[in-house]
Amino acid sequence: MNTIRLVKDDLRPPGPPPEKRHVISVADLTRDDVERLLSTAQTFASSLDRSVKKLPTLKGYLVINLFYESSTRTSSSFELAAKRLSADTLNVKAAGSAVDKGESLKDTALTLGAYDPDVIVIRHPHIGAPQLVARVTDAHIVNAGDGKHQHPTQALLDLYTLNEEFGHLEGLHVAIVGDVLHSRVARSLLQAFELVGVRCTLVGPPALLPRGLGAEATSEIEAIRSADVVYVLRMQNERMQPGANFIPSLREYTARWGVTPERLRQGQKVMHPGPMNRGVEIDPRVADAPESLVTTEVRSGLVVRMAVLYDVLTGGPVGVEALTTAEVA
Amino acid sequence: MSDVLWQRELPGADLVIRGARVLDPVEQIDAELEVRIDGGTIVEVAEEVDANEHRVVHAEGLVLAPAFVDPHVHLRTPGREDEETVASGTAAAAAGGYCAILAMPNTDPVVDSAATLGALVETARHEAEIPVGFLAAITRGQRGEELTEMAELAESGAIAFSDDGRPVASAAMMRRALQYATITGRLLALHCEEPSLSHGGHVHEGRVAAELGFAGYPSVAESVMVERDLALAGYESGRIHILHLSATESVDALRRAKAAGIAASGEATPHHLVLTDEAVRSLDPNVKMNPPLRAEQDRLALLDALRDGTIEAVASDHAPHATHEKEVPFEAAPFGVTGLETAFAVLHTHLVRAGVLPLETLLERMSAGPARIYGLERPRIAAGAPANLVLLDLEAEWRVGEEPFRSRSSNSWLLGEKLTGAVRLTLAGGATVFEATAVPA
Repeated sequence: MNTIRLVKDDLRPPGPPPEKRHVISVADLTRDDVERLLSTAQTFASSLDRSVKKLPTLKGYLVINLFYESSTRTSSSFELAAKRLSADTLNVKAAGSAVDKGESLKDTALTLGAYDPDVIVIRHPHIGAPQLVARVTDAHIVNAGDGKHQHPTQALLDLYTLNEEFGHLEGLHVAIVGDVLHSRVARSLLQAFELVGVRCTLVGPPALLPRGLGAEATSEIEAIRSADVVYVLRMQNERMQPGANFIPSLREYTARWGVTPERLRQGQKVMHPGPMNRGVEIDPRVADAPESLVTTEVRSGLVVRMAVLYDVLTGGPVGVEALTTAEVA
Repeated sequence: MSDVLWQRELPGADLVIRGARVLDPVEQIDAELEVRIDGGTIVEVAEEVDANEHRVVHAEGLVLAPAFVDPHVHLRTPGREDEETVASGTAAAAAGGYCAILAMPNTDPVVDSAATLGALVETARHEAEIPVGFLAAITRGQRGEELTEMAELAESGAIAFSDDGRPVASAAMMRRALQYATITGRLLALHCEEPSLSHGGHVHEGRVAAELGFAGYPSVAESVMVERDLALAGYESGRIHILHLSATESVDALRRAKAAGIAASGEATPHHLVLTDEAVRSLDPNVKMNPPLRAEQDRLALLDALRDGTIEAVASDHAPHATHEKEVPFEAAPFGVTGLETAFAVLHTHLVRAGVLPLETLLERMSAGPARIYGLERPRIAAGAPANLVLLDLEAEWRVGEEPFRSRSSNSWLLGEKLTGAVRLTLAGGATVFEATAVPA
């Protein structure tokens, strides 16, 4: 366990970071970055066992959550993560804002940028939206999901969950089942697994497995049995354009690829990024079984997002020197 | 063909060009010669010509070649004059070394009536810096439902017909268009895209799209339409020209069709000849175009076809867009990039200097090739020919965007790139239409 020295009250961590740090894509992270973030998250996790859960670490910082898509888990955990670290938070949702009046992303970003936020957490239906906000504001950008491209904090929290559950990452085998084509979670996970040495098998209907991804892939659901963990993706109905015919029907999908107790080994762990369609991609008996790590993932989300906010703002590894410190853990 | 190209009235140049390497691949000239131009007409090409009190351009170390013809330009007029006008687009073309350009009809309103075409021709007569021709739509409003009045449009000056920007989706409509177009003597220039396969796609379906999460626009969406249109053209004995080829399978189909005697031709753009879908990883909206950038094997197939003449023309597909329309996330951005001012330099830099395309071939595909396809008088360096000339400095290095574009738009995929090869002087329709300040006079 690393030791973290947290800055007290209004003293900010020393010195500006060498360059603007963003978390936009897993592709930008190194294995060292991942290990540092996971270990910072562990440190924060132990701090959350105390009766007073709030840390003064990021007091005075402003974190803006800019969400152009609906979200429960991600937006609530970013907000809570910022609050647990004493940062000010501002939540802006596209619905009901000037976006409804046709304001462009650039102009919205410029407007929010005028408040000098330290971090902008953004979720947007278009690939590349975080990069655009990074170009026109001075804030650190954290991508909370851009189109079908990336959702890096989801991948990090899943690595954290796996590590907590198994005690290691290298050598694990994960089967990802379902609509890989439309899944930013799957894309982020594939890159993250590659970084830390987790083997991955993609399983799903042929039209929902993207061509050219270069990963192990099959349409045979039996392939999930050999994995340590079965990672179930949501069937994203809202991404299924009418007449696209990726699959003939949800009924047939469930019959062929639904994750049921019969298709799992005894004790096989199951994950799901949420929200779940019970009875579609995941059998309710699987979702509620003790082998399900779904609520663990949500808890991991909080500490991992605390670690991400801390990391981009302090610009350095855990244990940064400070004048006044408080030891945690 | 003065009845299909229009230019504002400009005085014919009186000029002597000395010291240049005169290079006309079709006339088979490659020698240091002097050229005299009287009143816009080349009157003498010889080892030594009399200056005859004309201005003398000292062009030692430069190459004098037939000026370029761009068969595929979007002038955005009428409708989006904030993005380009006939004046600004032809000025950009002059700076790029062109002596003629052809404008696509996907404007607002679409050029689908003699009245709209007539207004454009009038504008060109007053504003066009270089000769410009106009294609008219194949179907009304480019909706793919009813044929335009092709005969009247041809009489009013349409050089050819195209629904560029979108395909003629119905095979039956394409067949009727091929049948009717024969009475006009004009070809059909085809944007080949099967919309039910490209539907929603922004990026070539391959590794990059899969990794980034873009909806894929597969090669086969182009090639099945190329195959369909070649088959229909063969059946109806029609003449077609395939716009902006991007995929190996399409090129192979065109090669086979030509060998079988079908009257078909093809063009490729500088961006498809230089970039691949790897460029999309930058998420820069200025590498978003239709058809999308494809894989390296496709790029190499285009290059092979350009070399062996299957693809006879380089087309810029100059597609200006307002800055605010491109300052959005990749998926929300419109398709298209500018190219008139960079086409020669980028192909010279990346293909000729890289040793994969002879300079002579590039010059032919940028000038005689497109002229032949559209039945235009071939720009040439010979006594008696109108002066359609470009003076090129093959060693000059410059950075794209450092000097402002003459185009009203700046959505170039080459912003900030260093290129080698620059246009020093352009003569179009006998007039001096562009002269770089660095030219020694």
